[in-house]
Amino acid sequence: MIPAFPARPISLSYMWSVIRLALCIIGCGNVDRGDDAAGPLVARRLQRFGAQTPGVEIMEQSGESFSLMDCWMGFEYVILVDATAPSGMPGQVQMWNARADKLPKDIFPCSTHAFGAREAVELARAMNRLPPTLWIVGIEGKQFSLGTPLSPEVERAANSVAQQLQNSVRTTRDLSQTGPERA
Amino acid sequence: MSKQSTRTIKIDTLARVEGEGALYVKVKGDEVQDVKLKIYEPPRFFEALLRGRHFSEVPDLVARICGICPIAYQMSAVHAIECALGVEIDPSVRLLRRLFYCGEWIESHTLHVYMLHAPDFLGYPDAIAMARDHQAIVQQGLRLKKAGNRIVALMGGREIHPVSAAVGGFYKAPSKSALRELVDELTWALDASLATACWVSGLDFPDFEQDYEFVSLSHPDEYPFNEGRIVSNRGLDIAASEYEDNFTEQHVEHSNALHSVLRGRGSYMVGPMARFNLNFDKLPEVAQQAARDCGLQVPCRNPFRSIVVRAIELVFACHEALRVIREYEPPPIPRAQVTARVSTGQAATEAPRGLLYHRYGIDPAGLISSAKIVPPTSQNQKRIEEDLWHFVAQVASRPIEEITWKCEQAVRNYDPCISCATHFLKLHVERD
Repeated sequence: MIPAFPARPISLSYMWSVIRLALCIIGCGNVDRGDDAAGPLVARRLQRFGAQTPGVEIMEQSGESFSLMDCWMGFEYVILVDATAPSGMPGQVQMWNARADKLPKDIFPCSTHAFGAREAVELARAMNRLPPTLWIVGIEGKQFSLGTPLSPEVERAANSVAQQLQNSVRTTRDLSQTGPERA
Repeated sequence: MSKQSTRTIKIDTLARVEGEGALYVKVKGDEVQDVKLKIYEPPRFFEALLRGRHFSEVPDLVARICGICPIAYQMSAVHAIECALGVEIDPSVRLLRRLFYCGEWIESHTLHVYMLHAPDFLGYPDAIAMARDHQAIVQQGLRLKKAGNRIVALMGGREIHPVSAAVGGFYKAPSKSALRELVDELTWALDASLATACWVSGLDFPDFEQDYEFVSLSHPDEYPFNEGRIVSNRGLDIAASEYEDNFTEQHVEHSNALHSVLRGRGSYMVGPMARFNLNFDKLPEVAQQAARDCGLQVPCRNPFRSIVVRAIELVFACHEALRVIREYEPPPIPRAQVTARVSTGQAATEAPRGLLYHRYGIDPAGLISSAKIVPPTSQNQKRIEEDLWHFVAQVASRPIEEITWKCEQAVRNYDPCISCATHFLKLHVERD
């Protein structure tokens, strides 16, 4: 959630650091369907790393569109991590600026029986409900069979994505801790 | 193109229906030569998976069959196992199960009415395109679905694949105050459902009626969710334990899925239209009046009007949820004691898409020795094909794109768990 501003006057740089912390990281997917667990794995790694901090919310979501649209409401910055469809490069990581571009239809597999992450983004775009900044991190999956574990390549990629996100969050958090006096 | 040329419509992948499916329609001139709906159902896998598991695990396992109607699978499972083991549930638990089902119906019907079926009638390829022009309507749909989500999350511990249902009751019963927190939103949802019914009743419906055998549960005092006899408009009136004496599943050459038929009678329809036609008098007055205001006749035989019937069931579900919350007193214990014994039990409940039958055999250790699950989609599958045979004949002279669109819309009338898939079809049209 967005932290409360202090009552005293603040500098622009401090305000910027606070706004930057209105960040939501969402790991999307089904942990019981092979590489579809990549998104939730990233979220769990981040929680284990201790990335959860005031202003930074880390969530797991099934990828069901309407819940997704709800959970990013109110955040300035949203990073959504989801598995992408196989194209022969398991573990490949791609990023999209969802505010700038439509998400490709064939890359994001739909969640079972419901609209998926791509549909959530496009529906939100159509209804002007996209967060101000939305980055999509796609981790290419290899197989999505029920009850199977993550492929080694995908697990490595998910760990790497989690580490990079953790580093970014830490940098941002350190900046915020400088506080208004030192900003 | 000559009038007698053969036109073939092939929809290769009905993604995200219950299993995988495809549609094949062949037309020569104005004459339909072939219709094949192929759905490959995953529940067969679950039936095998359940064998050897303890009966207490079944509700959580079968919840995984479907992301949209997990409660239906849980409810049919717990009732069948309770039937096998002679478990009596507390009246408050019975009420809570109705509330749980209300949540699922609100979620599922809202998704179908707003996101999956309405775009067909309004000429949009999908809900995303529709949302650009009808933001307020889609916004209302999103909020309505969220009202259903809130019930499911409160009752089930989470919105997707809830985990609270147990043989004998619930692992945890909610407090009265927790339920009362839902009242304001459900009061809004009831009004929104009435507005939904009004909106969809004004859509343009093809003139198409069939002489269906409707099959649903029927309860003497209430619109059916968890209990009742299985009845039809042609005299069927049986207990769930007699289901397999009266219904059978048939292999068809063109599909891995089974077609469920009434023995000696053939296809039948389950789902909202069947429930509505067979239980109209059990709807609360507010829903009955809404149906009359929408111009719905009883019986309704036009499957394209099922979108209006779903909206009427939304009115019922919101009204019923509010009633349950008003009357609820927490049970003394949320879950009855259950003792294993060698037995077999059957139950049918009303999933959003229709009758859902479960049967379980249990061994002395409480392990599942046999399981049978017949989902609504399996039961409607033959009926969908028959609709298409007749419906395509009505539109056969139209352009191939229009026939394709209409065929998909006709399939979506049944919301085949879940027809959102049909908004993402890969289409191949062949012309001779």
